[in-house]
Amino acid sequence: MAEPGTLTGPAPAVAPPEDERPAGRRSGVLGAYRALLGAQARSQAAYRTSFVVDLVGNVGATVFDVVTVLVLFGVTRELGGFTLHEALVIVGLSSFAFATADLLVGNIERLPRYVRTGLFDAVLVRPLAALPQLLLMDLPLRKVSRVVFGLAVLVASVTSAGIHWTAGRVALVLVAPLAGVVFFGAIFVTTSTVSFYWIDSGELANSVTYGGRDFTSYPVTVYGGWFRALFAYGMGFAFVSYHPALALLGRADPLGLPGWVGWAAPGVALVAAAIAALAWRVGIRHYRSTGS
Amino acid sequence: MSVIEMSGLRKEFTVRVKVGRLRREKRVVTAVDGIDLRVERGEMLGYIGPNGAGKSTTLKMLTGVLMPSAGEARVCGLRPVAERTRLAMRIGVVFGQRSQLWWDLPLRDSFDLLRHVYRVPAGEHATRLARCRDLLDLDEFLDTPVRQLSLGQRMRGELTAALLHSPEVLFLDEPTIGLDVVSKQAVRGFLAELGRAGDTTLVLTTHDLADIERLCHRLVVIDHGRVVHDGSIAALHSRYGSRRMVVAELDAVLSEPPELPGAPLQRVEADGHRLVFALESATVAEVVAGLAGLATLRDISIVEPDIEEVVARLYRAPVEVGGAAVTGAP
Repeated sequence: MAEPGTLTGPAPAVAPPEDERPAGRRSGVLGAYRALLGAQARSQAAYRTSFVVDLVGNVGATVFDVVTVLVLFGVTRELGGFTLHEALVIVGLSSFAFATADLLVGNIERLPRYVRTGLFDAVLVRPLAALPQLLLMDLPLRKVSRVVFGLAVLVASVTSAGIHWTAGRVALVLVAPLAGVVFFGAIFVTTSTVSFYWIDSGELANSVTYGGRDFTSYPVTVYGGWFRALFAYGMGFAFVSYHPALALLGRADPLGLPGWVGWAAPGVALVAAAIAALAWRVGIRHYRSTGS
Repeated sequence: MSVIEMSGLRKEFTVRVKVGRLRREKRVVTAVDGIDLRVERGEMLGYIGPNGAGKSTTLKMLTGVLMPSAGEARVCGLRPVAERTRLAMRIGVVFGQRSQLWWDLPLRDSFDLLRHVYRVPAGEHATRLARCRDLLDLDEFLDTPVRQLSLGQRMRGELTAALLHSPEVLFLDEPTIGLDVVSKQAVRGFLAELGRAGDTTLVLTTHDLADIERLCHRLVVIDHGRVVHDGSIAALHSRYGSRRMVVAELDAVLSEPPELPGAPLQRVEADGHRLVFALESATVAEVVAGLAGLATLRDISIVEPDIEEVVARLYRAPVEVGGAAVTGAP
């Protein structure tokens, strides 16, 4: 048996370490997250064939969103007062934002499973924030294909919609999709926190996240009454694709809101992110763990 | 300053219980009911109790996983939930039923990842890993994906993972649960070595009291969320009058029960072929000598004080909970 003293005591100087960096605390944390991401990539590579199958299969869901809109325009020339090209800008913004948020944050909907399997406890006893750890340790890289497809739809639609490009609109076309990502990410996190209180709340969360995606694929003018009021403005989904699309296309809002509303998307996204962060912090303090 | 301090620590859970067909009632369950405890640096504390006594809940409050309902806990001078990430750098945690390792990667990769997570300089990390590889015989499965490890191998990996950042306090929740005898011995031997080094504080919950007998000088028994015993194992034995036993198997049945000074006869089993004596003041040699004069001994064995039995008796003792006497699970 070796002398165990050094197990816990300060390590004696041995051969000079290859990659010892006197890095600051901040870069150490980033290095830790990078390592977690690398581990997730290697874990998925362990199942190479199923990864490729998933990669292809995942495009399907997003293609379906676009096909639905195309089919609708096969029977009508206008949808809620929008032409096909205009509607596709909305679809593009929505698809890209949702696909990217789903890639980066979507796995948090598996929080109940993390709680049951004990991963959540394991994450909490490590010297890193819990949410980024969970996101990186289970990042579904196979969903990258959806993001690529969503981006393709977005680029194709904004280039073919006859947009009159100004500096402001160029900025908006870059910022609005990112704001949409942040917004959907916030929705994913906020709804997932419900399972801190009720462990089997997955379906409720899904109805908001996936319902939100479907909602943002169409002009809000196709919806009516309290439903529109709740999803579009109560929850803010109108700021993901509808209002930014109006601003890009230079169209007045048929519902009468002023033109600057389209530029409010980043602000709405930040508010949503702040609410999500708060919900997460409160939720984690209500966390009950499992029996053992 | 104590490494661990708990004062009036409480944890309540609200559960919804079905009453009738549709109605559900909210009920408050107290998992930890006001625990006051101090643990000093280098102590090895056995923390035991029946299922649902609040062992794991206490550990989760000390490691920052669960927020206490009331009372206060300090570990290494830090508030576990509020200063969770700072505390995490200074403690190691092994949950027997959950893993710190990466399922699909070789064990070696998990250790390397944890080096990044805990920001341990590569040199220190390499030295500690080398010690663990040596003490826990990790070499033969270091390159095996964790999902393919046996439970015993995985647990040795978990122990290593919890120690690579040189924690001041090591929390172990059921570290030997489900392990075979050999693996249990390996884990206990390793923890004993760790304790001998003296600077790691160890808090261990277990169902296997052999873990405690082997490792811990101090034993805290909790039941219904309260401390019902805090002291040495010897103190527990003397308090509940448990002693070592000598079991003698005889070839022939004695006509009358033998009288051995300092070793009263406890039980007669197997139609008189097996006699059980309690060792009070007599030694084993004296009992054997005394018996040898009376009959032919076929076999003799010594049973260590059955702490299990003592603890079972302790659990059965009524505990005052919320004004009503509640009897613990047998």
